[in-house]
Amino acid sequence: MIEIRGLQKSYGSHQVIKGIDLSIAKGEVVCIVGPSGSGKSTILRCINGLEDYQGGSIDVLGQRVDNKSKSIKSIRTEVSMVFQRFNLFPHRTALENVIEGPVFVKGEARETAMVRGKELLASVGLGDKQDAKPPQLSGGQQQRVAIARALAMQPEAILFDEPTSALDPELVGEVLTVMRKLAEAGLTMVVVTHEMQFAREVADRVIFIDGGVIVEQGPPADVLNAPQHPRTQDFLRRVLHPM
Amino acid sequence: MPKFLINAWEFFPILLQGATLTVLVAIGSLLLSTLLGLMWALMRVSGIPFLAKLSAGVINVLRGIPIIVMLFYLYFVLPDLGISLTALHAAIIGLGISYSAYQAENFRAAIESIDHGQIEAAQAMGMGWGMTMRRVVLPQAFKVALPPYGNMMIMMLKDSSQASTITVAELALQGKLIATSTFQNTTVFTMVALMYLAMCVPLIVLVRHLEKRSKQ
Repeated sequence: MIEIRGLQKSYGSHQVIKGIDLSIAKGEVVCIVGPSGSGKSTILRCINGLEDYQGGSIDVLGQRVDNKSKSIKSIRTEVSMVFQRFNLFPHRTALENVIEGPVFVKGEARETAMVRGKELLASVGLGDKQDAKPPQLSGGQQQRVAIARALAMQPEAILFDEPTSALDPELVGEVLTVMRKLAEAGLTMVVVTHEMQFAREVADRVIFIDGGVIVEQGPPADVLNAPQHPRTQDFLRRVLHPM
Repeated sequence: MPKFLINAWEFFPILLQGATLTVLVAIGSLLLSTLLGLMWALMRVSGIPFLAKLSAGVINVLRGIPIIVMLFYLYFVLPDLGISLTALHAAIIGLGISYSAYQAENFRAAIESIDHGQIEAAQAMGMGWGMTMRRVVLPQAFKVALPPYGNMMIMMLKDSSQASTITVAELALQGKLIATSTFQNTTVFTMVALMYLAMCVPLIVLVRHLEKRSKQ
């Protein structure tokens, strides 16, 4: 459902993505790992048009991603995004955050959106927090609201951009638990993450990116437990044994 | 009864008429400057280079022209070009245009204070520029802009006295007229000052309230 061909992306003269081919099937859970600055997040941001790209192509459900075209809106309603820093709207309650997209972008009736929004908040364990404003919630709670907000769009896929990197260590688990449930329910997920244990358990495929190219990819058992490429080996050694 | 009280009693209705005009000029120019300022600010942050540059240019020009010159221009120069404004209209338009530059900078600062991540989140859910502004940025930006906006209201109320230079018989001009005809300078100008103060105090209280609320 997501087809990336020969993707190239530069910031000025600095090329961050140097030709990436990646195709993601419906229902697949893909974890993208790699050192910081390797271009992992940039790929996600290109997929839903938050960044433009200079070379290659990205197609989502057969539609070319071009953030200057009108089609970008329909792509964005099919592919939701969860951000590292949650990016909730602080002036609206948790429930209002969740129904914002369905009501104001997709034109759904407020009542139906409210019903589903409450169910979604309950499903991420925040049924009692629907009237709380984001600043009153912990980081983990905010990220779970953000996941409910992404789900409320009833997307074909969700892109997770380092969803636990801004969280205190003790709050990471509650977010990963929610994500694990989504993966089990068959949602298409592309997750940029540093949580190797999560990738190992949940991913169908792990993609290791370094220097703007895919160095290695495959089932987590292969890439994470028996990496072939020295750069992957080196990265995993540093991540798993930082001391 | 002391003489100055009798005088005050006599002058008060005339000054009150002036004060009514002062309020009229202040409210009119406040509304105009708010609308124009919002327009400049939105052009500035639109991401469209032509509009952004145009707005930056307009703001700089307006900031560089004294209000009194702006008023003279509208009232004395425009008739030469075939556009005649009443003194009241010229005052409201002149103050409104001049202050729109400051309003714009205040609104722009408030808009730019909103975390960019929220704008990305709005875009990522399919909102266009207009809806992102309306639903996400402006509701928060208005809260940020309110305390400085309150201060601007106070400044505009006082600067409405400049309308006296183009014959608008507002509070300052009424005071001057009474003073020159009665020579009761002390009484008249003390009254004028107190009346300005009386109009400003509620605004000062309002600003303090807004500042307190924005700190929470």
